[in-house]
Amino acid sequence: MSEKAEKRVNGKMGAPLGWIRQHWGELAVVVGLILFPYIFGLLSGTSVSQGATKFWQGQLIVMFIMAVYAMSYDLLLGYTGILSFGHAAFFGGGAYAMALFLTHVAPKVTDSYRIMVGSINIADLLMLLAGFLLAVLVAVLLGLLFSAVSSRVKGAYFAMITLAMGQAIHILSKATDFVDWTGADEGLHGVPVPIWLNPTQFRLRFYFIALAFMLIMYLITRRIVNSPTGRVFVAIRENESRVRMIGYNPAVYRSIAFVTAAVIAGLAGGLYALWTMSATPSMTSSALTINALIMGILGGIGTLIGPMLGAVLREFLGHFFYQWFGARWPLVFGVLFILLVLFLPYGIVGTWRLRRLELRQGWQRFLRLFKPEKE
Amino acid sequence: MTGDSPEREVILEARNLRKEFGGLVAVEDVSGKIYAHTLHSIIGPNGAGKTTLFNLLSGTMPPTRGQIFFKGKDITHQPPYRMVHQGLGRSFQITNIFPNLTVLENIRLAAQAMGHDSFKLFQHASRFQRYEDRAREVIKVVGLQGLEPVLARNLAHGQKRKLELGIMFAGDPEILLLDEPTAGMSSEQVPELLEILQRIMARGDKTIVLVEHRMDMVMSISDFITVMHLGQILAEGTPQEIAANPLVQKAYLGALYGDLGAT
Ligand SMILES: Nc1ncnc2c1ncn2[C@@H]1O[C@H](COP(=O)(O)OP(=O)(O)OP(=O)(O)O)[C@@H](O)[C@H]1O
Ligand SMILES: [Mg+2]
Repeated sequence: MSEKAEKRVNGKMGAPLGWIRQHWGELAVVVGLILFPYIFGLLSGTSVSQGATKFWQGQLIVMFIMAVYAMSYDLLLGYTGILSFGHAAFFGGGAYAMALFLTHVAPKVTDSYRIMVGSINIADLLMLLAGFLLAVLVAVLLGLLFSAVSSRVKGAYFAMITLAMGQAIHILSKATDFVDWTGADEGLHGVPVPIWLNPTQFRLRFYFIALAFMLIMYLITRRIVNSPTGRVFVAIRENESRVRMIGYNPAVYRSIAFVTAAVIAGLAGGLYALWTMSATPSMTSSALTINALIMGILGGIGTLIGPMLGAVLREFLGHFFYQWFGARWPLVFGVLFILLVLFLPYGIVGTWRLRRLELRQGWQRFLRLFKPEKE
Repeated sequence: MTGDSPEREVILEARNLRKEFGGLVAVEDVSGKIYAHTLHSIIGPNGAGKTTLFNLLSGTMPPTRGQIFFKGKDITHQPPYRMVHQGLGRSFQITNIFPNLTVLENIRLAAQAMGHDSFKLFQHASRFQRYEDRAREVIKVVGLQGLEPVLARNLAHGQKRKLELGIMFAGDPEILLLDEPTAGMSSEQVPELLEILQRIMARGDKTIVLVEHRMDMVMSISDFITVMHLGQILAEGTPQEIAANPLVQKAYLGALYGDLGAT
């Protein structure tokens, strides 16, 4: 105990310095992201709210939101070992909850109540909060629905049921029956986001909000995976039958994983609706679900940071590949993705943590693709 | 049934327990009692149905027919996680651990399961020191000190068997179902295990049901022995009675000793 006690005392005495030394990598990233708009502006000679600087703030905002989305999927796939094919339903559910609320409900309230503090109408702020709350509520319900319907099946059947439910939500978002509310195929556009949060007018402000959102969601999720509940998630991933024989009901913990992942994805969706000022069926599509999978595998599942990095990489590559290869960019990306999976099967962060680059095995896996299987 | 004395407390009872796998009857209408605070061994050749019986008793598999009573309560269709909370622990013949978690975490998880903190999503697990303390205590009992940070899959076979037991001990069960704890152990490692079991029995408040192929061990530590064969109970009694039972002796014990090599 003495060693541990000593460490604790030392940690307290040199608290801020010691803490900084321990987390300098993370801190550097955060500081870098805070300074990014200014440094980019200086380097490119544009003001922070114009031209390329503004454009790249927008790119980063999307990366931050997608990073949270990919991270929420990691809670399921990487930590609990749940391979679900309906994750976009949670993201899209949050986006639609926010957009529908701001379009159809909030204006009725903000028109009649005005509580001004400076230039901000507090009623607007409350409506935003209510929008996020609604996104959370929708996500909780969807998470419960997914875990309830899929709880009795395993393996391929599980994947198919989650896929089917994801598609059901997608079809619902496109349904012409609700065209007056959702805009059906077209989606909802021009969602009345409060003026002071307008992503075009106040890009830098939105940038910092999205950055703060990502950091907070990361800290919360990291805490969840290190909590007593999170430890049970990992145990389920490792050996579900044994989990049952030491006194846990895996079905309950799987539901908790589903609901928490859904809430985090739903919040990301809510913010995304504010950013695009819209909600469209593409936000509930299976393509978006597959993106969560791709981002996770790219970065390394079961690491939280990995899928976030994967999301950033995916957006970056998407941007540049589109410029270089035009509409055929997914093809190039697909080839690159296959190579990455062959050479970095644990993803970027996973490989980094293992300190093991399996180049030779990767090459052999690559060759095997072209050789017919010998019996 | 032999050794039946009315004043003894029955902790676990099977009534006409049956398990069929397709056409195969693995456990055929088995009835029997386990008395509290005794060590009761179940022996029998490979395929006799011992593991299947454990699977039924621990709730891992539903029986085709029959009932199970634990402390007088019908627990026939209870899931295993509920059994654990009622005081029934079980270890596996084929090592069943968390291979990619550390030794400490393997046992800590089992200790945590017995508390009321497993639904705390927003607190760090290290805040719940009592589970870690409990895990370290158990690690000492099974003799895995110094291996706490090692990933379970990197343990030697004998150490994995100890971890298997440790995971069960962490839940502090009243009754322990041990399925061949010595499976794959070298003979030098057996006395250590024997000592662990004797220490548990010496406390006087635990019941052990032991499936075991090592006859010398079974004969020396058991209070009662049940002999199973082809899903049925062939004989039951104290070690002396079993050793003296002509049926067991003639038709059977020889074959059992022959089994030793095969395990
Ligand atoms: N899940 C299962 N599905 C089908 N048959 C099974 C299953 N489990 C066990 N059996 C069969 O039931 C019979 C009893 O098996 P069981 O594992 O209970 O025997 P055992 O007494 O534990 O043997 P051993 O000493 O080899 O461990 C065997 O014939 C086995 O093949
Ligand atoms: Mg067996």
